[in-house]
Amino acid sequence: MLAMHIPDGFIDGPTSLIAGLIAIAGVAWCVRKTSATLSDRDIPVVGLAAAFIFAAQMLNFPVANGTSGHLLGGVLAAVLVGPWAGALAVTVVLVVQALLFADGGLSALGLNVINMALAGAFVGYGLFLVLRKVLGGRTWSVTPAAGTAAFLVPVIAALLFTVEYAIGGNDAVSVGTVATAMIGVHALIGIGEGVISGLAVGAVMSMRPDLVYGARRLEARPQPALRGVAA
Amino acid sequence: MKRISTLAFILIGIAAAVALVILVAPNANANPDGLEKVAAEQGIDNNVQDHDLAGGPFADYEVSGVDNRYAGTWISGLLGVTVTFAIGAGIVYVLRRSRRPA
Repeated sequence: MLAMHIPDGFIDGPTSLIAGLIAIAGVAWCVRKTSATLSDRDIPVVGLAAAFIFAAQMLNFPVANGTSGHLLGGVLAAVLVGPWAGALAVTVVLVVQALLFADGGLSALGLNVINMALAGAFVGYGLFLVLRKVLGGRTWSVTPAAGTAAFLVPVIAALLFTVEYAIGGNDAVSVGTVATAMIGVHALIGIGEGVISGLAVGAVMSMRPDLVYGARRLEARPQPALRGVAA
Repeated sequence: MKRISTLAFILIGIAAAVALVILVAPNANANPDGLEKVAAEQGIDNNVQDHDLAGGPFADYEVSGVDNRYAGTWISGLLGVTVTFAIGAGIVYVLRRSRRPA
């Protein structure tokens, strides 16, 4: 089993259509913001973020009870190239997977983009910023903050799926049952998400910290002059 | 400390993605993933439809006509890495270009 996103038929047509429109609006906003937040130097970095997330999504790892999980990648992409370009990178992965590899239903593409690309990048980056601040707001805070934010993101995707199921689910199973099962499994998948994202961000921070969007304007240690001002 | 060039960094990153596809992807865990497992166990997949493009040449990360599990995964994986890199970088390239005054 490699990856596996929402297929056609889980969620009804109207809900999928509305999700598609929301996804288009969100991605259009990301397109508008991307060129303003990045420089030419970042062009191949966005390509690399997409390519690495595609590769990593092929690597399903075991979680409990005959279940597997795979990277979603929203936090990893957002920390590397910012949430706007990060959401675009994950969207590219999801579109290629749906069109070329028949993974993720065409009618469900908007649902998958919302759950993994938009929520992963934006909610994930928000969590990352909070955690980075909690951890002291230094250069060294970036990697653990990214890993911890990534740990939380699969549960958010699971919650969003549950909301989508509550609105437009095609089956009679109760929302509470779906929520409990989805959140439980995705809390475990979050461990893999956190480890992979932390390792990847840590590797980039060790090679080229200047390329990491989430490390911009951070100091390795407090500046004496600024410390004086603060005091 | 001297930092590696951006080109070297990108090449290292691509090499890592290729290594994941070649070395790890064929041995990826074959169990259903979280969503699929929950859907099957709880019975919310009764109306699931076959993918519209299920007959495509690379459907399910395999290659139609290639029976070797490794070769199919490798070809699909390397194709996916190439295409996602090209589109991801291409979009930002076009956006940056279109932003500059002519």
